[in-house]
Amino acid sequence: MKFTLSWLKAPLDTDADAKTIADKLTSIGLEVESVEDAGARLKDFTVAYVVSAEKHPNADKLRLCMVDTGAKDPASSSEAVGQKNLVQVVCGAPNAHAGMKAVFAKPGTVIPASGAELKIGTIRGVESRGMLCSIRELMLGDEHDGIIELAADAVVGEPAAKALGLTDPVIDVSITPNRGDATSVYGIARDLAAAGLGRLREGDLSPVPGKFPSPIQTVLDFPEGTQSAAPMFAGRLIRGVKNGPSPKWLQDWLKAVGLRPISALVDVTNFISFDRGRPLHVFDAAKLKGSLRARFAKDGEQLVALDGKTYTLDSEMVVIADDEAARGIGGIMGGEDSSCTETTTDVFVESALFDPVRIARAGRILGIVSDARYRFERGVDPEFVVPGLELATKMILEFCGGEPGEIVVAGSPPGWKREIAFTPDAVLKLGGMDVPDDEIVRILTRLGFKVEGRNPMKVTPPSWRGDIAGSADLVEEVVRIHGLDKVPSLPMDRPSVIARPTLTSSQRRSRIVRRTLAARGFNETINFSFIPREHARLFGGGDDERQLQNPIAADLDAMRPSVLPSLLAAAQRNVARGFSDAMLFELGAQFDSGMPEAQKTVAAGIRSGAGARSWTKATHAADAFDAKADMLAVLESAMNGPMTAPVKQGAAAWYHPGRSGTLALGPKVLAYFGELHPKVLAAFDLKGPVSAFEVFMDAIPESKAKSKARAPFAPSQFQPVERDFAFVVDATVAADAIIKAAKGAERDLIERIDIFDVYEGKGVPEGRKSLAISVRLQPKDKTLTDAEIEAIAQKIVAAVTKATGGTLRT
Amino acid sequence: MSDISSLERDLLASIGSAKDEAALEAIRVSALGKKGSVSELLKTLGGLSPGERKTQGPVINALRDKVADTIARKKTALADAALDARLATERVDVTLPIRPEAQGTIHPVSQVLDEVTAIFADLGFAIAEGPDVEYDDYNFTKLNIPPDHPARQMHDTFYMAQQKDGSSHVLRTHTSPVQVRTMLKQKPPIRIISPGRTYRVDSDATHSPMFHQYEGLVIDEVSTLANLKWVLEEFYKAFFEVDSVELRARPSFFPFTEPSVEWDLRCDRSVPGKITFGIGNDWLELAGSGMVNPRVLDMCGIDSTKYQGFAFGGGLDRLAMLKYGIPDIRPFFESDLRWLRHYGFSAFDLPTLDGGLSR
Repeated sequence: MKFTLSWLKAPLDTDADAKTIADKLTSIGLEVESVEDAGARLKDFTVAYVVSAEKHPNADKLRLCMVDTGAKDPASSSEAVGQKNLVQVVCGAPNAHAGMKAVFAKPGTVIPASGAELKIGTIRGVESRGMLCSIRELMLGDEHDGIIELAADAVVGEPAAKALGLTDPVIDVSITPNRGDATSVYGIARDLAAAGLGRLREGDLSPVPGKFPSPIQTVLDFPEGTQSAAPMFAGRLIRGVKNGPSPKWLQDWLKAVGLRPISALVDVTNFISFDRGRPLHVFDAAKLKGSLRARFAKDGEQLVALDGKTYTLDSEMVVIADDEAARGIGGIMGGEDSSCTETTTDVFVESALFDPVRIARAGRILGIVSDARYRFERGVDPEFVVPGLELATKMILEFCGGEPGEIVVAGSPPGWKREIAFTPDAVLKLGGMDVPDDEIVRILTRLGFKVEGRNPMKVTPPSWRGDIAGSADLVEEVVRIHGLDKVPSLPMDRPSVIARPTLTSSQRRSRIVRRTLAARGFNETINFSFIPREHARLFGGGDDERQLQNPIAADLDAMRPSVLPSLLAAAQRNVARGFSDAMLFELGAQFDSGMPEAQKTVAAGIRSGAGARSWTKATHAADAFDAKADMLAVLESAMNGPMTAPVKQGAAAWYHPGRSGTLALGPKVLAYFGELHPKVLAAFDLKGPVSAFEVFMDAIPESKAKSKARAPFAPSQFQPVERDFAFVVDATVAADAIIKAAKGAERDLIERIDIFDVYEGKGVPEGRKSLAISVRLQPKDKTLTDAEIEAIAQKIVAAVTKATGGTLRT
Repeated sequence: MSDISSLERDLLASIGSAKDEAALEAIRVSALGKKGSVSELLKTLGGLSPGERKTQGPVINALRDKVADTIARKKTALADAALDARLATERVDVTLPIRPEAQGTIHPVSQVLDEVTAIFADLGFAIAEGPDVEYDDYNFTKLNIPPDHPARQMHDTFYMAQQKDGSSHVLRTHTSPVQVRTMLKQKPPIRIISPGRTYRVDSDATHSPMFHQYEGLVIDEVSTLANLKWVLEEFYKAFFEVDSVELRARPSFFPFTEPSVEWDLRCDRSVPGKITFGIGNDWLELAGSGMVNPRVLDMCGIDSTKYQGFAFGGGLDRLAMLKYGIPDIRPFFESDLRWLRHYGFSAFDLPTLDGGLSR
């Protein structure tokens, strides 16, 4: 919402300058986006008269101008006082000519476009002591085909801004959607007056008596139950007007706020729309057939609007129609064929009320952004339908003459009166600000509220404040006008003197898992939750339920069914940047359906690339055991203890079927790990193996520890014993099975079992492998004798043989 | 006597010139062995008169001790020389680089989340979370955003496809639905912070379609705008690690709060690309907030005649950008290794109030 300072000062009696007003507006909730004060900005530029403009002696395209700036040369002698003080200026503009009035900048002036200070210069051997400026140099527009030629009556030596009509600062205010009443200069003035910045002038809204009965009636034509689409439709015919340009002051104001003056009739409606927040429309009555009715459009009904575009309407939109056709889109834009022109003699002024929701919908669907829509969708004052019409009548009669008919009205303003019981203590209780009751009453009254009684106050909001519903809204009115800067800062109670931990166990786990992975060398990433559908399909997703209806881009249309595709795409982008080795992880959501609670928190990571080249040969291409280690590190750090659940061969379809595993507790999958399937890698254009893991954070069991105290530390006093065994087993036997069998042989004494060799090849029969384990026995109450150790060894061999069919390798 | 002293001279000379341990051993045997020259001398003591023994005994024993001691010292010297010689051959070029070790990092958003969490935990705020795909009812309706509100339009809000049960959900546009979920299941007093991913149909130089918000909610019987101001002051002071901050309040409008307030923080931006809080002549908009609208309380099952409170929120990514001088939001989600390493944090820099949030 834009307006100029002088426009604001029509309804607001104040001496405040633009800066004071802007600061106050922002402080009361009418946020100022910008103040364009060209007059202040261009104060150093003056009007000058070009006395002569000759060709530059040394350049064809330059002119040598002698310029009268109106300034007296302070260095000149007393005899020279009053004499014309001419300044020599070299000018490159083709339109520089003798006898013109131009905008002059003296040396030392900062030129807005360049930001540079103008200096006395020598151009092609001739001194230039100033500059004649173009529109673009002053940053008033893009035109730069020459210097500005001012009107002949511009006064030499006076500020150029005055001659340019730019002395009126333009203030642009951002209006929040609840403040329909502030979409007008008058409404803004009312808020300022309430805040103590000036006095509000109400203006003359007295009725203009009609001279004849209206031949055009207004009709509301809506089916039962939908009358709220347009509850009121008023109008007035004014005969015998003479349309033409509106007065200069009106044109200046309209131009300043970005509107194009069209004709007096149209300019009046635009003025009242901005000045009073009351959109109006003027029809050329000669182009109407019969009466005007507000009705729903027919589906597919078309209309050429004032912007020259043809719109196709639907049956939820309201039109203003005559007996023949729709003549305007109600509350949004008038029709072209019934619009007023220079030749209009009879004008019918429409003033109506429309349902904000329908206006918003229609405007959105049709893609029309108009000043009328802006106001109707925020809500206009339901009591100003007729006063607005009277105001328009007065202005039209003043500018265009004519004879007013009687006002015709269909419908009535919808009920808006409501009484709010308001306890003034609420200001302190909610706002934390102590405002005396008298001040509360004064603020509300100045804003147009009716206040009766004291505690509680009976408060009736004015017709233009449809947004005020209850006590909290009144508190807001009081605190914003009284001044939010007066809200003190008040400490809250500490729930506990020493802060208690607040993280849930899953939040603590997430934190520790992130830091575990980073400590292992992974870079944490955060990726979009939506990915290309074809990527989602590779990970069991991409179904219709997980699609977005309105993706930001065609390839960000599917909610990811796994975190891995995000990481693979990231790895690929890094490869493209020349970084082939990556260790990336993300702790984020995967989406198992399109329903709200169907997301899982997953810690997923990948290692890609062949490993950094190093003289130490210490690196290797990522493999399943890297992934297994990463996965276990995640689980064990999350659980703060060892992860003993068994690993099963094979994982989800996106993993290498032979080089992947699943860790599960019963039916509950805790994690997948392994190398990724070559087809998946190919889809991401990644070469070489990539190892990956996915740990499902929500599936990790809660710690069962009840006490903070550790179990007693009781190390054995006896020497441990290590014995090695090598078994030849079927190549398909899982290492885990051997360990499990060996361990089961002497559960109490076997402290740990390590596999120190796995061998297939020469010396081992085809289809079999040798697997060597080291068993560490830890006696608890006495040293083991050789015979006892031998007996345990026999039990281990027997157990492994029984469980795996393996034999001791000799 | 002269025999003994010449023997001592000879022995010490040969020990001194022994080239290795074998030569030294040969000398030891020749002197101190069973038939060694010194041993033989010791044997002669038995045949001497007590008077002679008294004079000769100490002399010969001294010779034996001196020879043995010299041999031992020579042996150590030879071993040291041998070790020195071996070590000289074992030299490596220590300017060679180490075995490659990946340097992991924590994402700035996670780091800042931990910072925010540490501060609010001290004020007694718990962390509440909710899903990214959210019910329309929680994201909008229960927050007093009516069905026709512009924010609900497809050009602002991401909509999921229709589900099998006919429902259609949104990607949450703020973390406020977590407040709704909390109020629906927890009775006051409530003090929560809800950080998380949020989504809006917006993508340009300064907007990302996915970003992070943190929002706070306090519901009790007494909390006011004045307490809200205090919480924000304390938070920004702690977060930006400055001694004081100055907040400026502006009235605003949000459907879920009444009154609604936006907060600007005093800062200095006179040095291009640098921002300092607590001083200066600029203001930076940092948070939207307000007293929770009574309608929201009622819709969430909390008696608005008894309880009241405030809510506030801002961008987590934005906090990271401001504190750590990260100019652009979009690379947060592009996973460029160079960016991650440049702006990332060490795994071990867990922010704490005692150790400081950052270093």
